[in-house]
Amino acid sequence: MRITCPHCGERDRREFYYVGDALAIDRPEPDAGSDVWNDYIHNRDNPAGVTRDLWYHESGCSAWTVVTRNTVTHEILDTMLAADAKEGQS
Amino acid sequence: MRFSALRVLKEGLTGNKGWTAHWRDPEPKDEYDAIIIGGGGHGLSTAYYLAKNHGMTNIAVLEKGYLGGGNVGRNTTIVRANYFLDGNTEFYSHSLKLWENLEIDLNYNVMHSQRGLINLFHSDGQRDAFARRGNAMINQGDDAVLLDREGVRKHLPYLDFDNARFPIYGGLLHPRGGTARHDAVAWGYARGADQRGVDLLQNCEVTGIDIENGKVTGVQTTRGAIKAKKVAMVVAGRTSQVAAMAGMRVPVESTVLQAFVTEGLKPVINHVVSFGMGHFYISQSDKGGLVFGGDVDFYASYAQRGNLPMKEHVMEAGMTLMPMIGKAKVLRSWGGIMDMSPDGSPTIDKTHVDGLFLNCGWNYGGFKAVPASGWATAHLMATGNHHDTATKFLLSRFETGYSLLDEEGTGSQHNLH
Repeated sequence: MRITCPHCGERDRREFYYVGDALAIDRPEPDAGSDVWNDYIHNRDNPAGVTRDLWYHESGCSAWTVVTRNTVTHEILDTMLAADAKEGQS
Repeated sequence: MRFSALRVLKEGLTGNKGWTAHWRDPEPKDEYDAIIIGGGGHGLSTAYYLAKNHGMTNIAVLEKGYLGGGNVGRNTTIVRANYFLDGNTEFYSHSLKLWENLEIDLNYNVMHSQRGLINLFHSDGQRDAFARRGNAMINQGDDAVLLDREGVRKHLPYLDFDNARFPIYGGLLHPRGGTARHDAVAWGYARGADQRGVDLLQNCEVTGIDIENGKVTGVQTTRGAIKAKKVAMVVAGRTSQVAAMAGMRVPVESTVLQAFVTEGLKPVINHVVSFGMGHFYISQSDKGGLVFGGDVDFYASYAQRGNLPMKEHVMEAGMTLMPMIGKAKVLRSWGGIMDMSPDGSPTIDKTHVDGLFLNCGWNYGGFKAVPASGWATAHLMATGNHHDTATKFLLSRFETGYSLLDEEGTGSQHNLH
């Protein structure tokens, strides 16, 4: 699996640290309540198909990257900087 | 049909014409007392113990593919009870005791081989941690022997003891640990359940879970609607999809774990050897193939195949530990979809829906748990109470933080186990 870093271009998967579901960019408010926080920290949609997850380009430019990919085929569909993804959502 | 040495002899002399199918291929009934979704190791053992321990024989196992086609047929077959935390130790201890009587109980040769498992350590700190783990195992009533370097050498003379990065200081020997024939475990439970009247419905994919007024009433399947007041979801890597049918989001991320087997060799590795620093473990199958694996691929995946970086890592770890295997040719590699939980431990619990039960979160360690998991899930379904050996596998532990079962001590967070 090769991941296209928005800064560095296509790189080996080993350069990236996998964080998990990209919901991490939608962090709840501190006082959102335990149900919301439990859901955010532990529960996952975990789709068999297209998912968005967060990868950290640890051995490269240190960018936090949102990768859209298919969990069944391992195909990478899109990558963008987490900052841009967050901006696009708001 | 019972298996016996006499029967094998007789069939051998008469052209093996008397063997019959191990289980029926029934049509689904309109209604059962209980339905188990998932015909893998855990689902089949749940059905078996529901029938055997609790007399519930009007039940069905629904499998979308074929029996034992998932993780129970694609693992590295290790059976052990070397856990450390309360909540885990009693459960895996119970499982190992069930393993030790499984062949007689099932009248099926699961080839359970207690060849001994050795976890290696490479520093003083690790030695202390393994001594402590060994004491926990002994306190639980299981067996553990702390081996020094020369003790390990007697068992495993072929290791690279003087590796510059990971010199071998010793190992924790678990004499009752070993391996079993993975497919046979699924088949043995399937046959045992079938003989007690359980319907094993293959090619029967669940497409919906029917819930009325907070109670489960049945399931929709590709072979029609089936009613039941009790339904258990026992689907490992597919837990998120099935639980979503009941409106649940669950603490599971599915990840691929790879395993490998070499060409058949003469007996060379007599134990199960585990090399934690490289995350590598190996044993030799009865056919002679070296069966080995490493860590998960560490990203969400349903592909049932892994990527090359982990393959390379596993091969490197193997060569670091035992250079003698370098000439062996790898025949096959495969991947299984692990239902990874935040703390690395499973869930056997009720859900917010009356009559709907959840068995999931086995991470990379589900195979050894098959007997006790089925036992405890059956107990929960039949009595409504958690079995004494499985009182802490609760869904609520993640929210409350109480009684988390984090064996590795890395934290209750996805991507760390």
